[in-house]
Amino acid sequence: MRKRPQFYRKGTGMIDATSNNRSNRNGLSRRTALKGIGAAAGLMAGPGFVRYAGAQTSAPIRIGFQAHRTGIGAAYGRWYERTTNAAVKAINAAGGINGRPLEIVVEDDGTDPKRGAEVVEKFANQHKVDLVFGTLFSHVVVGSAPTAGELKMPYYVVSEGYHVASGKLNRYVVQPGITDVRSQVTSMAPWVSSNLGRKATMIFPDYAFGHDHRDFFTAAMKAQGAEVIAQVAIPPTESSFTRYFPQIPRETEVLYHVMVGPAVLTFVKELGEFYGSNRPEIFGFIDSLEAVDMASPGLEFLEGTYFWEGMPRYLQADVGDAERAYRDAVGIDENGASKDDPQDVSTAAHMFGCWETLYVIKAAMEAVDYKGPQDRAKVIEATEAMTEFPAGLEHPQGRKIFNGKIHQCFGHQNISLVKDGRLEVIHRTAIEDGMYQPEADYTSMSF
Amino acid sequence: MAFGPYLLLATLEGLVTAAVLSLTALGLSLVFGVMRIVNVAHGEFFMLGAVLAWFFSTLVTGHPALGFLLALVLSPLVVGAVALVSERLVLRRLDYNPEATIVATIGLLYIIQQIVLTVYGPEARPVVAPFDVRIALPWFGYSGYKLAVIAASVLVIAATWFLLTKTRIGLVMRATQYDRETAQNFGIPVDRVYAGVFALGAALAAIAAVLVVPIQQAHYLMGLDPLLLSFIVVIIGGLGSLRGTVVAALLIGLSDGIISVFFSPTLAKMIATLLVAMVLVFRPQGLFGTAAR
Repeated sequence: MRKRPQFYRKGTGMIDATSNNRSNRNGLSRRTALKGIGAAAGLMAGPGFVRYAGAQTSAPIRIGFQAHRTGIGAAYGRWYERTTNAAVKAINAAGGINGRPLEIVVEDDGTDPKRGAEVVEKFANQHKVDLVFGTLFSHVVVGSAPTAGELKMPYYVVSEGYHVASGKLNRYVVQPGITDVRSQVTSMAPWVSSNLGRKATMIFPDYAFGHDHRDFFTAAMKAQGAEVIAQVAIPPTESSFTRYFPQIPRETEVLYHVMVGPAVLTFVKELGEFYGSNRPEIFGFIDSLEAVDMASPGLEFLEGTYFWEGMPRYLQADVGDAERAYRDAVGIDENGASKDDPQDVSTAAHMFGCWETLYVIKAAMEAVDYKGPQDRAKVIEATEAMTEFPAGLEHPQGRKIFNGKIHQCFGHQNISLVKDGRLEVIHRTAIEDGMYQPEADYTSMSF
Repeated sequence: MAFGPYLLLATLEGLVTAAVLSLTALGLSLVFGVMRIVNVAHGEFFMLGAVLAWFFSTLVTGHPALGFLLALVLSPLVVGAVALVSERLVLRRLDYNPEATIVATIGLLYIIQQIVLTVYGPEARPVVAPFDVRIALPWFGYSGYKLAVIAASVLVIAATWFLLTKTRIGLVMRATQYDRETAQNFGIPVDRVYAGVFALGAALAAIAAVLVVPIQQAHYLMGLDPLLLSFIVVIIGGLGSLRGTVVAALLIGLSDGIISVFFSPTLAKMIATLLVAMVLVFRPQGLFGTAAR
């Protein structure tokens, strides 16, 4: 009974309880603190830290990596992670960022937009990272971007979608490491219409990513005086495709396909069964076959068809030193598969974006002498001020032009021919082929 | 494409769907009919069959048909064994109470799905078809393997029909289905019959999955669609009726094939669901079912 007043009179009772706790905690934490200092001293004396000893602070710069470890993006996610780790290793071996080591914190978003937003929140509040990076799937980017904006967390995506450049997101979202779909398809249309055919039929997934392809490729073909005569939208959960093929008009000269998800192999196999050798010209985005072995049974039919590739999967004869060094660092062989497992085929056409983005982040942080989260907005401003990334080890895919107003880079694209079960680059577009009139200006938005 | 060939393609696609569906639904219908329980985990047995097919086919090098045949034999056996164990460990202890078994099989669904995600991973993996023949028609080409799936499915259904109507095991099953207590009075080990039927139902789903996996690839979430469609088929065809199940699977498969080719896949699903509603309202026992006793 004596205790009751303590509970009722919250004032004194509660203070008593907490002050007791606090003194306990102090006792404990003093001991822990000593241990911690001892451990830290031990670590500092270790060889790993010597390199950073000259910097003002040697605490690592921590970057949250929003990874598609599970869900439909898992195959991409695995290679995004490997490329990221390779880039971090290279950056740290060369002295880190501003003398501070770079550390990656990985969280799985399940390739799910809702989970993606939660992951960004977790990065900000729990892991307290300096910025977030690495997302591919467009719906996850669109789902996570508002949270990144609210939390004032720089969000460097590697996603291809037009949503960044469109101006529909916010000032904290940047895409400096990979070109967007609008730029890609705009640069493809002149080559497709003059080499493959002037009457195209498009097959694409029926959601935002596919719609970007549909809208911008149709417009780009029209600008060339060519025509898209049919658009076949396929529901994203579809697992069988033969039933859609009769919608392809007989007069189609070139078939344009871009598919993603677990059923891509079925799609190409069924297309082969449907047409056999009597097919129109076929031009696809390698997204339809990323992480899929070109030697898979049923894919023989793709021999003599063409693919867009952001960066070549197969080692090309004229490969430069930077590209070769990049491939070695990531660990892919001449067929674009893992050096440890030739069955484990990479997503080479996209994953270079992680590598290049990390180097852009490094450059931006060094430009503003990044100290901590209070400098986040300055990092965005420094990125916006960039105009060009020269080709080299930091940008192995090639030179890029960056438009700070729309937070988007522009670069070369490759068109490859399937020959003897390999992809051989036969055309490389100029950067200007993929330029378009910007529709937005993020720099006029407030932070 | 002209109307004739278009219709032919739609019919072929529909027949493949119907073939796979009738096997899957037959398994569900047997369990439904004999044991009077709803097995919500049926789709996961289908998925497990596909994933195991991938596993067994990778064990064998050489001609792809070897790996496929190994999978066709072993995968249904393993899935049947898993079903048998879960029947002994879970369903029997619940005394086959209809409500409790629904909840228990939902649990089973998640357990199987998450174990597969952990062990096998999130990728969709292909199994090489035992043979690769493209049948060239004047208007379009068609996979020879898909036609073989239809034939194989007809064979398995004929075998199941033979088992149910011409053998002693079938007689015992039918007796249990007809009247459990009387069957028990006549010395039929109802308990063992239940276990056998549950394993057989799961094995049929696994056979369907092995047949489909060269067309569709094994993925840990692939069990949901077959489960829903099987329920639709069983409701339309009637509880525990083999004839009803096959007729309903043909109806759903063909209408799905034809409607989704000519109109849209969404419309096909809407019509199938509408059909279920109509059957439930006007003929609750299903087209070929007998009224519940």
